[in-house]
Amino acid sequence: VRRLWRWLIPLAALPVLALLAYGFRVDPRDIPSPLIGRPAPAFGLATFEGTPLSLATHRGKVVVLNFWASWCRPACYEEAPVLERNWREYRDRGVVVVGVDIQDRREPAEKFIREFGLTFPNAQDLSGAVSVDYGVYGVPETFFLDRQGRIRVKHVGAVTDAVFRANVDRLLAEPGAP
Amino acid sequence: MTVDLGYGMTLVALVLAIYGGAAAAVGARAGRPALVESAQHAALGVFVLITACFALLTYAFLTFDFSVRYVATNTNLGTPFYYRITGVWGALEGSIILWSWMLGLYTLILILRHRDSARELYPWALATMLGILAFFLLVMTIAAPPFQRQVPVAADGRGLNPLLEDTGMITHPVALYLGFTGFTVPFAFAMAALITGRVGDTWLVLTRRWTIVAWYFLSLGLLIGGWWSYHVLGWGGYWAWDPVENAAFMPWLTATAFLHSVMIQERRRMLKLWNIVLVILTFGLTLFGTFLTRSGVIASVHAFTQGSIGALFLGFLALVVLTALVLIAWRWDALRSPGELDSIVSRESAFLLNNVLLIAAAFTVFFGTVFPLLSEAVRGVKVSVGAPFFNQVNVPLFLSLIFLMGVGPLIAWRRASLENLKKNFLWPVVLGVAAAAAAFVLGVRSALAALTLATTVFVGATIGVDFVRATRARLRVGEALVPAVGGLLRRHNRRYGGFVVHLGILLIALGVTGSHAWSVQTEATLRRGETAELAGYRFRFDDLTAVEESNHFKVVGAFTVSNGRVLDVLRPAKKFYPQEQSPIAYVDYRLGLKEDVYLVLGDFARDGTQATIKLQVNRLVSWIWIGGVVLTLGALLAILPERRTPA
Repeated sequence: VRRLWRWLIPLAALPVLALLAYGFRVDPRDIPSPLIGRPAPAFGLATFEGTPLSLATHRGKVVVLNFWASWCRPACYEEAPVLERNWREYRDRGVVVVGVDIQDRREPAEKFIREFGLTFPNAQDLSGAVSVDYGVYGVPETFFLDRQGRIRVKHVGAVTDAVFRANVDRLLAEPGAP
Repeated sequence: MTVDLGYGMTLVALVLAIYGGAAAAVGARAGRPALVESAQHAALGVFVLITACFALLTYAFLTFDFSVRYVATNTNLGTPFYYRITGVWGALEGSIILWSWMLGLYTLILILRHRDSARELYPWALATMLGILAFFLLVMTIAAPPFQRQVPVAADGRGLNPLLEDTGMITHPVALYLGFTGFTVPFAFAMAALITGRVGDTWLVLTRRWTIVAWYFLSLGLLIGGWWSYHVLGWGGYWAWDPVENAAFMPWLTATAFLHSVMIQERRRMLKLWNIVLVILTFGLTLFGTFLTRSGVIASVHAFTQGSIGALFLGFLALVVLTALVLIAWRWDALRSPGELDSIVSRESAFLLNNVLLIAAAFTVFFGTVFPLLSEAVRGVKVSVGAPFFNQVNVPLFLSLIFLMGVGPLIAWRRASLENLKKNFLWPVVLGVAAAAAAFVLGVRSALAALTLATTVFVGATIGVDFVRATRARLRVGEALVPAVGGLLRRHNRRYGGFVVHLGILLIALGVTGSHAWSVQTEATLRRGETAELAGYRFRFDDLTAVEESNHFKVVGAFTVSNGRVLDVLRPAKKFYPQEQSPIAYVDYRLGLKEDVYLVLGDFARDGTQATIKLQVNRLVSWIWIGGVVLTLGALLAILPERRTPA
């Protein structure tokens, strides 16, 4: 009996290995935002062109609120064309992309907008108040707001086409504001 | 060009390592020395190629060759010369090269030292070393290639992580990796012992010194890491129980256990299985540590780099652990030991208890480190395990270990008589109790601090008692004092090296206790000319200046520190790197044996009229570094070849 029993020793290591393998499926940095389901904090900023920018103007639309900075390489540089492409595709279907540039200087930020030919509204959060209200940890972070103005999804890291479409399509499919 | 050459050399090295490993194994199995010799040549070739890769990458760093992606992401034109060299191993890809290079070096030393001395074990040990080396070369070719093209060639690079711009970053990774890779050699011999069935003492004697060498470097790495954390990170601490620190600490604990249990096997032929398991565990934990740092599975402040290599490392870890366990199952009968414990009051049982405590400590650290993962897997709840858990669980363990440090080396083997106990421990116990009483009279009200002090004094006294007694014995036979002490240290270098290491641990324990029990801190916002006070020190805010450095912008505050008379002007700063999101604090401090004054610049007004400053008076911290120096000196003494023959 003893002779067979000893061959079970290697099995002892399996639970630990399985646990470590499970680690690949979860992201420790993915901390759930307490803002999910809450009304999105209001803000009043001015775009780089000088026009006022606030969430109130876009009530009833699905809003993709993107926090970025010109020094944020490479993630912000990866997602900028994605945001622009999808904004063009979805803008006529009740979707708006709003960019908020944080902890940045004006010239490199304007260069960033020119470089990617961004046409959606972009504003600079000079005081940092907006990023504090939204609990922004780092850039880029993107919030998907539903048509009732509630924060539904927080995405950390560069937005991809798949992420954009999945979230926006789902929010568009929901019934609009009462 | 650089990329092709480097990548090509890596590939050839990989093929050579695989061939060498296979040749050594086949040669050992079929008893064909020619094949083993061929494996040796392959190992030499691998080492030369990795050295060339390393030199090539260093050259690319020094010449700002931004066509290499790794260079472009880890330096920029402003990076000073000195940090362009440390930048070579500043991130994942380069550190894997450094790692492989050290493994190659250890393999060569193994060949030189053991080619003739351990005929049966040696080929299998060589095969294991080359197999492990092949794995790291595989990582270098597929998962984290340092030689990768940057298209288009960048005009300037991103720059090194500013936290790594510190002198400690030359020595810390090098020492740590020498420690980590060093444990490969004992593991290779343990594998050889299991494969050949020669699980007796030969492999143990062969690996004992290798283990001390690796242990020495790992200790050094941990200490330098603590010093770096203390003087760079600006939170006034040296150890945070961060997963990556834990990852380096766990193999240290198991290796320490091994260094002690080895003595029982040598002396009493006991614990054969246990020793094999400890060596495998130590090596497994070094792999686990690398997995933790590089996979991004567990959140850590240290996660400097992440890559897709996590899966590869986990696979290799699984392979190593499962192979080792199957081999153990296969050799189960040979691993059972004849010896038995004679008495609870004996050196064997003191050492055994020491092992149990060390393993318990390693297990709690492991448990705390992976608990966030476990919690998420089982309950779906995200948690983080912080310093309070680790401190609460480990403090009693470490206190008991320190106590055993006094008992173990002096208590008799087999069965200690009352006479033996009285002779060795009466005075140390009296002194320890007296120290605690004195501390109480002097106003120490923390029970933990008093207990630590009593234990520390007790252990210090046992070391003193033993040393004085041994020296006296030599004086009695007519030696002069200095040669007597020198001869003692030299001739019984393992024993007295161990004692010196223990002294170092005592000093570290003192520093840790003092800094936890008596450090004070405060924060103050000062206008120019105003003063803050802390623990008898006065800090006057003099001015704030801005400086442009080669690769960053720096705001420096000047604070005059006085306690009755002016002691110093400290200049903590904040550094702004274009590639970093948040500024990096630059700490300024004044070290002292009793206490350190430690300043961190916080927020400041742009016109320089006002600044917020964090002030700390950290007590006894310097004893940690002094203890560290003592500990490493002791380890060096223990590494020296033994000269037991009478002079």
